[in-house]
Amino acid sequence: MAASTRSQVISLYRMMLKESNKFPSYNYRTYALRRVRDAFRANGKIEDPKAVERLMEEGQRTLALIQRQVSIGQMYKSQRTVVE
Amino acid sequence: MLSSGRTVSSRLLRPASWLPLWQGSEGRTASTVQKELIKKWELEKDELRPLYMDFQATTPMDPRVLDAMLPYQVNYYGNPHSRTHAYGWESETAMETARKQVADLIGADPREIIFTSGATESNNIAIKGLARFYQTKKRHIITTQTEHKCVLDSCRVLEAEGFSITYLPVQKNGLLDLELLEASIRPDTSLVSVMTVNNEIGVKQPIKDIGKICRSKGVFFHTDAAQAVGKIPINVTDWKIDLMSISGHKIYGPKGVGALYVRRRPRVRLEPLQNGGGQERGLRSGTVPTPLTVGLGAACSIAQQEMEYDHQRVSMLANRLIEKILSEIPDVTMNGDPEQRYAGCINLSFAYVEGESLLMALKDVALSSGSACTSASLEPSYVLRAIGADEDLAHSSIRFGIGRFTTEEEVDYTAEKCITQVRRLREMSPLWEMVQEGIDLKSIKWTQH
Repeated sequence: MAASTRSQVISLYRMMLKESNKFPSYNYRTYALRRVRDAFRANGKIEDPKAVERLMEEGQRTLALIQRQVSIGQMYKSQRTVVE
Repeated sequence: MLSSGRTVSSRLLRPASWLPLWQGSEGRTASTVQKELIKKWELEKDELRPLYMDFQATTPMDPRVLDAMLPYQVNYYGNPHSRTHAYGWESETAMETARKQVADLIGADPREIIFTSGATESNNIAIKGLARFYQTKKRHIITTQTEHKCVLDSCRVLEAEGFSITYLPVQKNGLLDLELLEASIRPDTSLVSVMTVNNEIGVKQPIKDIGKICRSKGVFFHTDAAQAVGKIPINVTDWKIDLMSISGHKIYGPKGVGALYVRRRPRVRLEPLQNGGGQERGLRSGTVPTPLTVGLGAACSIAQQEMEYDHQRVSMLANRLIEKILSEIPDVTMNGDPEQRYAGCINLSFAYVEGESLLMALKDVALSSGSACTSASLEPSYVLRAIGADEDLAHSSIRFGIGRFTTEEEVDYTAEKCITQVRRLREMSPLWEMVQEGIDLKSIKWTQH
């Protein structure tokens, strides 16, 4: 993977974690963080530039989805659960 | 109608008669009232919510599902059956995409998917619809004693219409005896209905073998897969299923939507229960709710994509819960077959503890003693009685549901609470005391007569 792509991947990863962390719902937040981490780990070995590009696009779409859902979650906050 | 004590600013606020605090607030300014309300809301927020461990009753919607649905709740409101304008076309396209997503998950053709309001409706259409269509020649139906209430109740209705129904018993492990099934099929049997994964004990029936038997005998086969779709791999062609019920809210989709798979080749014919505009191949008239079907489609496509990941995680958490509880407290039985099961549904019987009191003691955790539909009654579950559980064990059972959004912390919390509460309740129990003294409870005569 070219150095420039690598830094793009890392920046997307950081961004996705940062946004996932904003979910007010405990279960959605922990799921999003876990799922993002596991997805990047599972795809970490992929070198094919085409595949990387496709995954990056998917990641961008998911990032936008997380941001939208975080806003909705913040509008309808509820109490914290007993484990938080 | 402002009272003299009020300031001008209150006029800016509309009278909100639905707010009880507003009444009797004479002499206070609107802003004070508002401040008090905000304070009250803030206080309510400080109260903690119980954690959710009842994924068989329903599941929270996946945020990805809600994201797919919202555009159709906001802008794209057309009737999917309108053929004359773009509003209809865009809704129709969305509905057909969803139909394909559902079909792909179960290995079917999109034309074989009928959208309904949920698995209860799907089961009703499948059982009553098929029985009534073929009633002139075939008037016998086979099902099992551990089916969901809606299957059993549909069968009761058919019984009243003169059909004969065989309610097959299940073995101790909750599984259907295939030889018994084969022996029960008669020349006039039209349908066999067996659920894929049981909602109370989580056992997985040998659907593939049942499908083979039914096909070889020329009997239609329906399965209620509400608890199985999206959680275990299902292929309607491999498993020779003719009719299958699917529910939206059990797979992180919206409530109020489901689907029925109806095989085209060999063709399965049904008499519709609901008549009208002829939507859904005339089998289920009524406007298809586009946003809900979009949600169901998204839930199915996510389930397909996440099945392996979810399966690993749910199994890991389930084992964690079982190990923790079983290693800490004695006399706990797991109901249902230990191998042939869906991992996310764990049904445990805590001997010498009354299930309802344990549920009360575990009010920090949303749990159930069985199916949500029957959770209001104190009767022991008919599913547990059907697998031959003793009355006292059937009374002391609790179902733990684990799903996509369950965390390790939640499992540990539930296990710990459960262990302490079972110990506490047993200490208070005279039965437990007697068992500790070595008295066999079965030898006791409880009544005089």
